[in-house]
Amino acid sequence: MFQPLEHGCTLKKGDEALKGYRKYFLNKLFWFLLTFVAAFLLNFILPRLMPGDPVAVITQKVATGMQSQAAVQAVYQQYAEQFGTNKPLHEQFLLYVTNVFKGNFGTSFSQFPRPVSEIIKASLGWTLALQFPAIIFGWIVGNLLGALAAYLKGTFDKFVMPVSIFISNLPAFGMAVILLVVFAVNLRWFPTSGGYGFDMIPSLRWDFVRSVIHHYQLPFWSIVLIMIGGQAIGMRSMAIYELNADYVKYSRFMGIKDQKIIGYVFRNAMLPQVTGLALSIGTMVGGALIAEIIFSYPGLGTTMLSGIMGQDYPLISAVTLIITLMTLFANFAIEIIYGIIDPRIKAAQSD
Amino acid sequence: MIHTLQQIFHSGKFKLGFAIFTSLLAFIFIYPIFIPEAPLAILGQGTFFPPGIYVNVYDSLDTSKYIINQEGAAKRRIANKLSEDDRVAIKEYLVAAGVDESRIDITNTDELLQQWKATFDPKRSIKGFTNAKRNYYIRLNTALQSLYSTGPAIIAVNDPETNTLLESKKVTVTEYVNVNEVPTVRIFPLGTDNFGRDMLTELVAATKTSLQIGFIAGLIATLIGLTLGLLAGYIGGFVDDIINFISNLFIVIPPFVLLVLISFSIGQEQRGASTVAAVIGFTSWVWTARAVRSQVISLRNRDHVNLSKLSGHSIPHIILTDILPYIASYVIMAMILQISSGILAEASLSILGLGPKTTEVPTLGLMMNWAMIYQAQLQGNWWAYFPVLAVIALIAFSMNLMNTGLDQVFNPSLRD
Repeated sequence: MFQPLEHGCTLKKGDEALKGYRKYFLNKLFWFLLTFVAAFLLNFILPRLMPGDPVAVITQKVATGMQSQAAVQAVYQQYAEQFGTNKPLHEQFLLYVTNVFKGNFGTSFSQFPRPVSEIIKASLGWTLALQFPAIIFGWIVGNLLGALAAYLKGTFDKFVMPVSIFISNLPAFGMAVILLVVFAVNLRWFPTSGGYGFDMIPSLRWDFVRSVIHHYQLPFWSIVLIMIGGQAIGMRSMAIYELNADYVKYSRFMGIKDQKIIGYVFRNAMLPQVTGLALSIGTMVGGALIAEIIFSYPGLGTTMLSGIMGQDYPLISAVTLIITLMTLFANFAIEIIYGIIDPRIKAAQSD
Repeated sequence: MIHTLQQIFHSGKFKLGFAIFTSLLAFIFIYPIFIPEAPLAILGQGTFFPPGIYVNVYDSLDTSKYIINQEGAAKRRIANKLSEDDRVAIKEYLVAAGVDESRIDITNTDELLQQWKATFDPKRSIKGFTNAKRNYYIRLNTALQSLYSTGPAIIAVNDPETNTLLESKKVTVTEYVNVNEVPTVRIFPLGTDNFGRDMLTELVAATKTSLQIGFIAGLIATLIGLTLGLLAGYIGGFVDDIINFISNLFIVIPPFVLLVLISFSIGQEQRGASTVAAVIGFTSWVWTARAVRSQVISLRNRDHVNLSKLSGHSIPHIILTDILPYIASYVIMAMILQISSGILAEASLSILGLGPKTTEVPTLGLMMNWAMIYQAQLQGNWWAYFPVLAVIALIAFSMNLMNTGLDQVFNPSLRD
């Protein structure tokens, strides 16, 4: 009699949790789509707020040195058509969005006549391969160190904390410069710039892969170290807070094994850290892009720098849009994972 | 009030942060009084002079001479004259001529020169050496022989009538001048930058501008965040929904991207230091708004607020007297963080080439940008970037310490 009832009960509970999770998921999806649209809008509107006629400014930059007035006029016409500035705003926006979805970001000014989408395609992979593992790895190690510092206290804590505080106060580019000077310029263990040896052609040969890994180290560690510092501080104070919570004292009185309690403590302390990652990922990506520049790593950061240097408006616009979308996706993914690992979310939503 | 201040200054972290920050501030204000130079004045002709005391050679010839017999002076002179490249070249020759490589130590000048004297033979042709290289070694040998000359150097002036050189002075190897007696001495404590400007003067001015930028940005961000947070939290309802909507958007879209887009749209000409500060302020208010909102929501239904409402006070009055004092400490802490992140944001923007207009004022970010463009980090010119980084880190570190200290005073549960 007792067994089926219990079984039915859990089934119902699980059902409700699933429903709660679906609600949470839909809510997050709604926000994701909304920010998606907002990102497009911002990318579209901000440059158009530029004083004066943007197309005229662009034409002026492209047409410097052109003698014939007719040629300048033709260039102007071409860009006016491409950006649709002679149409009403909402039509311009639709044109912009359809172009982006077709992967058409226009033609680069500074690397004429290369299409912007091609430049982005060449650099996006480098940035993803650098930042994604670096942020995840730094996050995991930072949290482990912070948790250990809170649990072990004593000398370990006294060593980890000041170092973390100092490191997390350095800007990402500062760490990049220091690593560059120490390990590339002085010790000559690693190359100073680039994503692979300058004398190589990208291929899947072993020496090329080795060169890529060799060039990867310094940018990777400069991002990881900054991450570790910030995360360790946050995790430490979270873990200390949880270790002093009532449920820990109660469990100790109950005689539950220390290891099991620690497991609960760290699971609880980790949850705010996951939210923290979701909220701060935009800032991190920004910092890491600057670190890329220091190493002339062939990613989006360096591409953006060359776009700014060359006053290459289509390139900058495309890079900022891609970065925003990347952060949006990362943020969405973290929120979804968070919903899965935090039981309170399902409970709160199904109430 | 006094009691709170006393409590704050009891916190060791706050005291340390405050001490670092005020000494930075004091240095910034005192330095220009003693050295009232324009920070962007170009003094040196050439890039990246290393730190040190620069003595005018022309004037030191006319300064009274002192004869000092210093032991080891000759040795040091020779060691200094032999450049790193020459040493490597000598080693290459010695190895090619059959000397055991393990016996060559290029840092030991005496031994190296002895080995050179014993081995070098201008007539001998070594396999694999081109003619140009052979000639190079012959030239090197002549130069090395002149190293040992101890005769005086002769200073000559050109006689415009006969167009011949007339000897005017002799300088022997044991002559010294006293630096204090040379009328024209220039000290570059941190060397010069890529444009030949005094790094220390520039750094002081840059720190001042960067702090101003951070302060303006922090003030704007705090004001916007505070206003929106108060409105959202206190009024609630539809206003809250709208403000919440906007801040949710701004949280996910990276502020960095907004900064880049806006700065680029403004254009190089219009971008002064204060414009950059305003742009940073307008893109970083989200966190303050969110935090203030949640604080206000928890305060909204307290008894003293309700009492105020019942007494018929207006909304601005209630907010000013019944809510603001309770969140003041929090707002100040948020502002400290905004200031330090504003300084970092300026630095990041400047490295991208989107910083303030370059001809007016130096900022920490611009100095970093110049150093990176001229590749100071690859050439070992540490004085061009390291002091800048140190100042940035010190500002951030001191502000963070002050913030943590305040936090511990106002939130006793965080004390460890």
